[in-house]
Amino acid sequence: MIQKNRTKLVPLPTDILIPERDIGKQPVLDIRNLGIDFGGLTAVDSFTLAIGPTEIAGLIGPNGAGKTTIFNLLTNVYQPTRGSILLRGIDTKGMTTAQVNRLGIARTFQNIRLFGGMSVIDNVKVGLHNSIKCSFASSLLHTPGYYKAEKKARERCLELLDFMGMADMAQLRADSLPYGAQRRLEIVRALATKPAILLLDEPAAGMNPSETAELMEQIVRIRDTFQIAVMLIEHDMNLVMGVCEGIAVVNYGKIIAKGTPEQICNDPVVIEAYLGKKGAAAHAAEG
Amino acid sequence: MRLWKSKTSRQNLITLAMVTVAFAVLFFLNEGKVLSRSFSGQLVPICVYIVMALSLNLTVGILGELSLGHAGFMSVGAFTGVVAVAYLQQYITSPVPLMLVAMLIGGIMAGIAGFLIGIPVLRLRGDYLAIVTLAFGEIIRNILECLYVELDGGALRFSMFGSADVGGNFIISGPQGASVPSKLSTFGLGIGLVLFALIVIMNIVHSKEGRAVKAIRDNAIAAESVGLNLTSYKMKAFVTSAILAGMAGVLFAMNYSTVEAKKFNFNTSISVLVMVVLGGMGNLRGSIIAAALLTVLPELLRGFDDYRMLIYAIVLILVMLLNANARVKQIKLACSQKLRSLFSRKEASK
Ligand SMILES: Nc1ncnc2c1ncn2[C@@H]1O[C@H](COP(=O)(O)OP(=O)(O)OP(=O)(O)O)[C@@H](O)[C@H]1O
Ligand SMILES: [Mg+2]
Repeated sequence: MIQKNRTKLVPLPTDILIPERDIGKQPVLDIRNLGIDFGGLTAVDSFTLAIGPTEIAGLIGPNGAGKTTIFNLLTNVYQPTRGSILLRGIDTKGMTTAQVNRLGIARTFQNIRLFGGMSVIDNVKVGLHNSIKCSFASSLLHTPGYYKAEKKARERCLELLDFMGMADMAQLRADSLPYGAQRRLEIVRALATKPAILLLDEPAAGMNPSETAELMEQIVRIRDTFQIAVMLIEHDMNLVMGVCEGIAVVNYGKIIAKGTPEQICNDPVVIEAYLGKKGAAAHAAEG
Repeated sequence: MRLWKSKTSRQNLITLAMVTVAFAVLFFLNEGKVLSRSFSGQLVPICVYIVMALSLNLTVGILGELSLGHAGFMSVGAFTGVVAVAYLQQYITSPVPLMLVAMLIGGIMAGIAGFLIGIPVLRLRGDYLAIVTLAFGEIIRNILECLYVELDGGALRFSMFGSADVGGNFIISGPQGASVPSKLSTFGLGIGLVLFALIVIMNIVHSKEGRAVKAIRDNAIAAESVGLNLTSYKMKAFVTSAILAGMAGVLFAMNYSTVEAKKFNFNTSISVLVMVVLGGMGNLRGSIIAAALLTVLPELLRGFDDYRMLIYAIVLILVMLLNANARVKQIKLACSQKLRSLFSRKEASK
C-alpha cells in the first residue's frame, strides 16, 4: 500500500525564504522535497521552495536543468515520484491539471501554446471559462442570460487585454500575432483564470530589448494590481535580476543556490554552474 | 440589430438566411410541381445528408476528433424511429407530431449510443475515436441485421435471429430490414431539421462550450492548463453530434417503404466524411453545399456509380494534400483577402 501524506502543516524549514512583507502569511506554494525520475534519469530531485503570496520569484539554471519539468510538476502535468506540493495549504496530489488551475495555478508555456485558430479575445474568453455563469441549456437557446454573460465576459477580456496593451488586437487570429504579442497573450489568458500564482516559462524568449523592458514593468504591475505571486523561468539575466525578489538556481534537477538577486550574482557555485570550473576561475581572476 | 453588430452573429444570420431562401425556393418549386420527378425525390435525402454533414462537422471540424462510424448513429435513429412510429401511430394520429416525437426518440437513442462510446474513448488522447467508431458502425449494422421486432396486439416484442412463430406483424425483420408503416417524411420537415441542426451547432459554437471545444482541438494541454475538463466538453460535442445524426436517420428512414441495415455501412460514413472535408473542416456553410452537391451528383452521374467510392477516395486525398500545402494556403489567404478588400470597398463606397 502507498501511504498518502495528506495535508499536515508544519512550520517552514528555516532555509525557505519569502519576502519580508509576506511573513506571517501562508505561502501560496510550499514545495517539499519534490522529485521525479524519467526512467533512469532523475530530472528533478529534493526540490524544496516556498513562495510568498505576493512574491516575484525566479527559477534559473542552465539548459536541461529541469526548470520546465518543475512547472509541469507544479501543474500536475507529471505526477511527482517523491515529495509534495501545498497550494494555498492544500496538497495537490492526485488532482488533474484543470483542478490545479481552478485551485490557483495558471501558467504560460516555453513553446507557445495558444488556441491558434481562434481570435485573440476568444483565447482570453477560454481562460475566463470557469467564471462565465451560463448553463449549457442557456447557451443552446441563446437566452437573455447568455447575452448578459457573454457581454460581461467580453468586457472583462478587453480590460485584461488592455492591461497588457493588446486591446487593439482583440479580433485578430491568435496565430497571426507577432512572437512577443503571442507570449503576452498567453499571460493574459492565464490571468483570466484568476490565479493565485502565475508561472511564466521564459516569457521574454524571442522578445527584443524594448519588449523585454516593457514586459518587466508589466510583470511587476501584474503582481501589484492582482496581488498575486509570480514565478518565472528566464535566461535573460537582466529581467531576472530586475524583477525577482527571490531566486532559486537549479542544476541537474537540484537547487544549488537560493537567495536575493545580489546573493545569487556573487555565489561562486552559481557562477561555476553557468560558466564551468575554468570559466569560474577566469571570472574570479577578472573580479 | 444587436445581433447584426457582432461579426460572428452576422455570419450566422447570413448562413441561416441563405439556407432559408434556398429552401424556400425549392419548397415552392416542389409544391408547384416544377421540379423533375427524380429531383423532387432527392429533396428529403438532401436534407438528411446536410444534417449528417453538419453534425459530423461538429465532431470532426470543431472538436477535431475523427469519427468513421457516423452512419451507425444514423441507423440507430432510423430503426428506433421506425419502431417508434409503428408503435405510437395508434396514439398519435397526425403525421407531423408523430414524426417530431419519433425524431426525438431516435435522436435520444443515438445520443445514448454516442455517450456509451464516449465514456471509454473520449478520455484518451489520440485517434482512438476513429477506430472505435469504425467498429461501432460495423457492429451496430451486424446487430440490426439480426434484430427482429414485432408488433403483437399493441405491444412490442424484440428478438434476435427471428422467432419461430410467424404470423405477428414484423416491423423489423433482420436482414430484410424495417418496413416503414407510412411514408411520413416531407421536405418541410427536412427543412425544419436542417435549420434546427444549424441553429443548435451555431449556438454551441458561439457559446462558452463551443470555445472550450475549439480550444481543446487547437491545444489540449493549454486547454487543461486554463481549467477545462476535457472529457466533459468532448462528450457534449460528440453526443450532440450523435443526436443530430439519429434525428437525420429517422427522417431518412421515414422517406422510404423499407430500410435495410446495410444502407448504413462504412461507405455511407465515408461519404458523409467526404462532404465535411470537401466543405471545409469547421465550415458549416461548406458542409451544407458539399452535402447537397454530393447527394445530387451521384444521381445525375448514374453511370459512374461503380467508381463513386474510388472518386471519393481520390478527392479526399487531394483535398488533404492541398490543405496541407503551404503554397495553396498562401494562395487561399491571398484570395480571401482580395475578396474581403473588394467587399469592404463596396461597403465604403455606399
Ligand atoms: N517527459 C520527459 N521524458 C523524459 N525526459 C524528460 C521529459 N521531460 C523532460 N525530460 C528531461 O528532463 C531534463 C530537464 O528538462 P527541462 O525541459 O525541464 O529543462 P529546462 O531546465 O526547462 O531546460 P531549458 O532551459 O532548455 O528549457 C532534460 O534532460 C530532459 O531531457
Ligand atoms: Mg524549459
